[in-house]
Amino acid sequence: MEDMSEYPLELSGDNVPMVRFMNVTKSYGELVVLDKLDLDIAAGEMVTVIGPSGSGKTTVLRMLMTLETINGGVICVDGQPLTHMPKGGVLVPADARHLRKIRASIGMCFQHFNLFPHMTALQNCMEGPVQVLGLSKQAARERSEELLDLVGMIDKKDQHPSRLSGGQQQRVAIARALAMRPKVMLFDEVTSALDPEVIGEVTNVIRKLVSEHNLTMLMVTHQMGFARDISDRICFFFGGRIEEQGPPDELFANPQRDRTRQFLSAVKEAV
Amino acid sequence: MSYWEFLQTYGVRILDGTAVTGIQFLFASAVAIAVALIAGLGKLSSNLLIRSIAITYIEIFRGTSLLVQLYWIFFVLPLFGITLPKFAAGFLSVGMNVGAYGAELVRGAIQSVPKGQWEAALALNMSPAQRMRRVILPQAFLLMLPPWGNLIIELLKGTALVSLISVADLMFQSKQINASTYLSAQSFGTALIVYYILARFLVTPFMRWLERVMARRLGRG
Repeated sequence: MEDMSEYPLELSGDNVPMVRFMNVTKSYGELVVLDKLDLDIAAGEMVTVIGPSGSGKTTVLRMLMTLETINGGVICVDGQPLTHMPKGGVLVPADARHLRKIRASIGMCFQHFNLFPHMTALQNCMEGPVQVLGLSKQAARERSEELLDLVGMIDKKDQHPSRLSGGQQQRVAIARALAMRPKVMLFDEVTSALDPEVIGEVTNVIRKLVSEHNLTMLMVTHQMGFARDISDRICFFFGGRIEEQGPPDELFANPQRDRTRQFLSAVKEAV
Repeated sequence: MSYWEFLQTYGVRILDGTAVTGIQFLFASAVAIAVALIAGLGKLSSNLLIRSIAITYIEIFRGTSLLVQLYWIFFVLPLFGITLPKFAAGFLSVGMNVGAYGAELVRGAIQSVPKGQWEAALALNMSPAQRMRRVILPQAFLLMLPPWGNLIIELLKGTALVSLISVADLMFQSKQINASTYLSAQSFGTALIVYYILARFLVTPFMRWLERVMARRLGRG
C-alpha cells in the first residue's frame, strides 16, 4: 500500500495547475502502462501527447476522465483531488459521489465519436445539460444551438448520427462535450477514424476553440502538423513515461532524445 | 356432422375459449416482460444479493418444465399458505417461465450495446441509473425485439398448458367438446387453426410493426 500522507489534501498557492498527475501508475496485471507519471497542465494550456502505440498516451486521458482507475498516485483537477478524497486528514480512494462532483469539470471527445444513435444532433447536445446539470429544456436548447453553430452543424441539428458523416458526427460530439461547460477538454485521437478529406473540418473546430476560448486541453493525436500548430507544449510518451517534453517548435525541430528523433523520423516517413 | 354444423354448434364455446386464451396471453406477456427486465438488470447488478436472486430465479424457471411449474404454483403453493385462483396461477406460471428466458435476452442486449456508449454517457457525468435509462436501454430494446418476437409466440403456445389446471381457454374448450362428441379432428383441428391465426396474423405483424417503430425512433428507419 502506498503512503497517502505524502500527498496534499488539496493544492493551494498562486500557481495551482488545472490538472496535476502526481506519481500516477497504471498497470494491467504485470503490464505497466504508466510508470510514476508526473505531469502538470496549466489553466488554458493546450498540451498534446504523442508517442508510439502502447506508450500509454490514451490511458492518460482515460484516467483523467475516470474511465480507468489508477493503481498508484493521485490526480488533481483544479486543485481538488479527483481519484481520491480527503477523509480524516488523509486521502482515500474517491467514492462515486466525489468522482461525480470533480468529473463535472472534465469533458471528452472520443476516436469513434460515440454519439447516442437514438437522439438527433441537438438532443445529443441537450441530454447532459438537461439530465445532469438540471437546465430547463429551453436553456439547454439555446446553449446547444449556440454550440452547434460554433462547430458549423446548426443546419443538421435535427439529423440522427446515422445520417451524418464521420467529420460531422465528431463536430457534434465536440459540441456535446462543450455543452457541459467543462474546464478541461480531452481529445482522444478525434481525427483517427476520419477520412482524410474531412479531418480539416474537425481540426478547424479545435483551432477555433484554442484561439477563442480559454479552455485547458489535453489531446492525443497522430496529426503532427496540427499538433505543432496549435499546442503550447508537446509531451512525447515512451514506455509509460514522458521521454521528452517542450514547446512544439523546439521538440519537433530539435529533439534531444534518441527515441524522440526515431519516432519523429518514422512518422515523417509515413506521411 | 359437417364441419360447418360443428362450427355452428360449438363456435361460441371456441370463441369463449379463444378470448380466455387472449387474456391469458396478454397478462402472461405483461408478467414475462416485467420479470425479464427486472431479472435481466438484476443479473448485471454489482450487488451480490440482487445478482444471486436473479440467477436463482432464471435457473429455476428456465431449468425446469413449465407444466411442473404450473402444478407447483397451483397445487403445491397452497400447502405453504399461498392459494392463487387458477386463472392467476395460469398466467403467472407462463409469464414467470417465459420471463426467465426473456431475462437472458435483456442481459444479452444490454451487454451488446457498444462500450463507447457507456463511456460517452459517463463522460457527460450521467449517474449509473441515467446511463441505463437514457442511453443503454433504448438501444438495447431495438436489439432484443427480434428474439422477443419468437419468445412471445412461444408464450402464446405455452398458454395451452393452463387448460390442465382447468382454466377455460381454447385448449380446455376443445378438450371438452372432444370429450362429449368424439369429434377429435374437428375439435383439435379448429384449435390448431386458431392458435396459428393468432400467432401468424396477430402476434408476428405486431412485433414487426414494433420493430419498425423502434428503428425509426433510433433514426435507422
